[in-house]
Order: sequence, then structure tokens, then C-alpha cells
Amino acid sequence: MAFQLTPEREQQLPEILARYPTKMAACLPLLHLAQEQNGWVSDDVIAYVAERLELSAAHVFGVATFYSLYHTHPVGKHHVWVCRTLSCALNGADAIVAHCEERLGIHVGETTADGQVTLHTAECLASCGTAPMMQIDCEYHENLSPEKVDVLLDRLRQS
Amino acid sequence: MLQRTEHLTKRYGTKDGHTLERYLADGGYEQARRAMSMSREEIVNECKAANLRGRGGAGFPMGIKWSFMAPKVAPERPHYLVINADEGEPGTFKDRTLMEKDPHSTIEGCIIGCRAIGAHVAYIYVRDELHLAKDRLWGAIREAKEKGYLGAKPFGVDYPVEVYVHAGAGAYICGEETSLLNSLEGRRGEPRLKPPFPAQAGAFGMPTTVNNLESIATVPTVMRLGGENFSKMSALHPKEGGCRLYGVSGHVKTPGIFECAVGVTLRELIYDLGGGVKGGELLAVIPGGSSTPILRADELVNAPNEKDALHAWHGKSVLDVPMGVETFRGLGTMLGTCCATVLSTQACPVRAMHNLMRFYRVESCGQCTPCREGSGWLERLLDKIVAGTGTLDDLNRLSEVANSIMGNTICAFGEGTAMPALGFLKKFRPEFEEYIRTGGRSSTNRLELHAAAAE
Repeated sequence: MAFQLTPEREQQLPEILARYPTKMAACLPLLHLAQEQNGWVSDDVIAYVAERLELSAAHVFGVATFYSLYHTHPVGKHHVWVCRTLSCALNGADAIVAHCEERLGIHVGETTADGQVTLHTAECLASCGTAPMMQIDCEYHENLSPEKVDVLLDRLRQS
Repeated sequence: MLQRTEHLTKRYGTKDGHTLERYLADGGYEQARRAMSMSREEIVNECKAANLRGRGGAGFPMGIKWSFMAPKVAPERPHYLVINADEGEPGTFKDRTLMEKDPHSTIEGCIIGCRAIGAHVAYIYVRDELHLAKDRLWGAIREAKEKGYLGAKPFGVDYPVEVYVHAGAGAYICGEETSLLNSLEGRRGEPRLKPPFPAQAGAFGMPTTVNNLESIATVPTVMRLGGENFSKMSALHPKEGGCRLYGVSGHVKTPGIFECAVGVTLRELIYDLGGGVKGGELLAVIPGGSSTPILRADELVNAPNEKDALHAWHGKSVLDVPMGVETFRGLGTMLGTCCATVLSTQACPVRAMHNLMRFYRVESCGQCTPCREGSGWLERLLDKIVAGTGTLDDLNRLSEVANSIMGNTICAFGEGTAMPALGFLKKFRPEFEEYIRTGGRSSTNRLELHAAAAE
């Protein structure tokens, strides 16, 4: 089944295209929009973006695989990104990562069996003054402790 | 002397600091209105007089950068203003606060900036993870548009200005300006060869200025105070002027972002603003993001020659030198983003270097072989040392690999990896040797504080 944007998302496209002098420039925004709907960037998504922007599928695939936030394979419904770079590491990020692995019963890079959560580590998320921190979907959670993480993960598994 | 200022952070403590209403109550958009009736030259000269050094890390004088743009805009060669808000340098979290807490100063800066370089469109490139920042910027753009500050006739003047937010998609390298431009154009974020420089061929092949977000958000303050008055605030006037955001994180009691007149010392940043070191004594500090070589707490300034710019601090602690682009270059490091990362004596320098070299291996875009392969080698050699199977020869190999990256890559990411690597090896040579001899038992072998000290 070929990929199509929902009518609501489709309506955003002309406004996005109007921002730039070239169609190609809409490649990143359109991939974001499509991934938001589809959960990940499948071959169908790549074909769709390529057709809409008059690009080759190879170009779109190259873009999708370059950036870490496009998922080129199926992932969980929610994403947990734990920052592990120096300022967070100095404040206990490794213990937070280990705690998440234990609570979710998965390793970094894996998805829980129920398909709810994918666990990632992230490189510096510009939240160094409130370390350690994690991003869950679109939200930052800062000054973490294992207890705080438990509350967040419990809520996530049920949502 | 530490001098706190409140030009950029005035609205930080308020709940509605991001709204137009609050921004207008503080005299917002008056400078953009004024700029609309000024010539390009007048605005650029104001910025030159401000001695505003770019806040992104390289410290290039902003007024001079603006003056590189062609004085006449050919109709088929439109100019663009691009704002770099891809904040990703480890230890740096200043631009994010501006976008989240006071987005209108950025939008006003963009209007003035567009006017100064002859552009009609500004793109703010924000890393995708910063969802609140993107929302706040879009919200500010909407509000400004409704008021008629943006659009076809800003402030009633026939000079269209549009500002758009462009989200990245997770790539540290897109903070490098030419890679950012590729990413804006819808390509893989790989850096371009320079020349041509962005002022000749930037976004979409057109003349472009790329400014850091804090730099552009500072422009309304420059215009309000006047360039010269702005510059004079700084202890390092006239070499670098004004006020800026200082950040401190890591092993300090009160990490955060603080606005001060330029010329704060690391001692003031760590002890007065950061509340002092937690979990032991000060071991070392990375002054301005992970790419700036580390300074040891016990290091002294060595500038015996009277002609040396740092001679006044000869024999004093490096912690007492005012933080400036040139002063810190003199110390063999860089000012970078002015956001320091503090390591207490409980932290292991070998582990710290390992953590950062992993970062560079992950984030290398892979375009140039020395960087792609070299960053991997650096991490793997440190994997080996941390596993307790390293040899003293591995220390020489680390230096050799770092030196082979340096100068052999398209962009500065290579230097950004090699310089801190060489810095760690030089400053902590005895600690590294001892670590290898004892298989890591000589060190705390950890980065985080012991639970009791972390309280």
C-alpha cells in the first residue's frame, strides 16, 4: 500500500514548500511529517517523498540514513533518549542508562516486546546544566534520579 | 571583577517572557523599527563598533562578517540570513535558553540582520530535539507577523522580511556552517569545501551570512545601547565587547547560564556563578565546549615575554585570566561557546577523554577518511586502555592518530576532535601512564561522584 499523508498533514505541504526557493529544501520537513504519521521512514515513505519533491529515491534515502532522528526500520510507539555525553556522565548518566535497561528489560537500541518503548542513548542534548537528563518523545526530563525515571517509564508503558 | 548584566536575560525569570506582550513592555521591536529607516552601512557600522565576537565558538567579529555581503543585491542573487541554533557542542546549553525564554529578541535580531545584509528571508536552523524552542520561535514569528513586524511591509516600510524555522534531524555536524547549509537545502549534512565562503555562495548558492543564535539575539541590545557603549561594558574592550551568556555544568553546585559583561574568569564562573566544585577539589575545566582543550586547575600562565598579550598574568593561575577569544587562544585552548564543563578530583581524566572520543566517533559525518577512521581509532585505543589492556605505546598512537586528523579534513570537526584529544594527553600524561601501568587502579575510574558527595 503506497504511503499517503493524511488530509490534515497534506494541507501543511504548500506552506512548507513556500518557505524555500527549491523543492529539495522541503526534504527534511517532509520526512519529519511523514515519519510523524508512519512511525518510521519505510521504503514507501521514501518513494512518496521522492515523488512529491521530484527527487530521486536515492537522494531521499541518503538523507534519511544520514540523520539519527529518522528511523529507517520499525521502532516503538515511544522513544526514550538518555543523554550520555560528558556533563550528563559526570552527573550519573551511566547509572540512568543501566536503570532504564533494567526497568524496560531491554538493551539500548531495542524495543520492548509490547512495541511501546524504544530505548536510545543520545549525544549532548543541550541540557548540561540540568544533568542527568532524558528526552521522551518531544519532552525533556531533567535532573533525573532513578526514582524519577521509574515514574516516567511506568507512565509511558501504560500510555 | 565579575559584572552581572541583564540585557539578554531580563525576561528569563518571568513566566511570560516568551510573549510579545512582555517583550513590547520592555521596549521590544523599537530597534527593528528604527533599523528599517537606517542604511545597511549604518547598521553594520553599529555592529562593528560593538566589537561583538560571534558566540558560536569561532569568535569571528560579527560586524565584519556582515560587511562581506555584496553591497548591491542583484535581483537574481537574493541574499539570505541563516541563524545557527543547532546547539550540540557538549557542555553548551545557552542558545536553548534564549529560544525558550525570550524568542522575540531572536526574531527582532533577524529583522535587523536581514536589513543589514540586504536579505529578505532568514532561516533559523534549530536542532530537531529542541521542540519547545521551535514552538516558541514559531509562536514569536506568528505574533510578530500579526503585528505587522514581519511580512510584506514590516513597520509599514516596503522591505519584505520573512523568518522561518528549519528543523534539523539529529546531526552534530550540522552546527558546522556549510553542513548546516546543505541540510537546509535538503541534502545530507556534509560540510562543503571553502572557498567559496557563504558570503559568496551559501544557501541555495546565494550570498549568505550564517550567525549564531546568541549573536543575533544580542543585536537588539547593541542597537539600543549603541555599538560603542555596548563594547565598553566588556573588560576586554575594544578587542571584544559587550555582554554574553556564560554557562557552567559538570561538577559544580549551581550549574546554569549566567549573563555577564565579557571578561569573566574561570574562577568566577566556577566559584561565584557555579557555586563551587562539588565532590572534591577542582581537577580541570573544559572552557567552552568539548572541542576546546582542557585546562588543569594547577596550570599557570607562561608568558615571560613582555610583548606577550598574556604577560600581565604571567605566573598566575589560568583560572584568573579573563575569558576572551584571544586570551584563551593565548592559553593554548579556545573560548569556544563560553560554556565550561567542570571536573572534580573524583573524575577520571582517562574516562572523560574516552567519553568525548566516543562522541566524536558517533558524530563524525564520515565524509573525510582521516576523521571517519581516526575518530574510530581514538575511541578504540581508549576502549583498550579503559579495559586495562593498554600499553604506553598506545599513548603515542593516540597522539599520532590525532595529529593525522589535524589539518586533513574539509571542516573543523577534525581539529575539534584532535585538539581536545591532544590536550588530554598533554595535560594528563602522568595520570594516563599511571592508569596504564596499574590497569586503571590508580584512578577513581569513574566520572560520576560517589553517592555521598553528589548530595
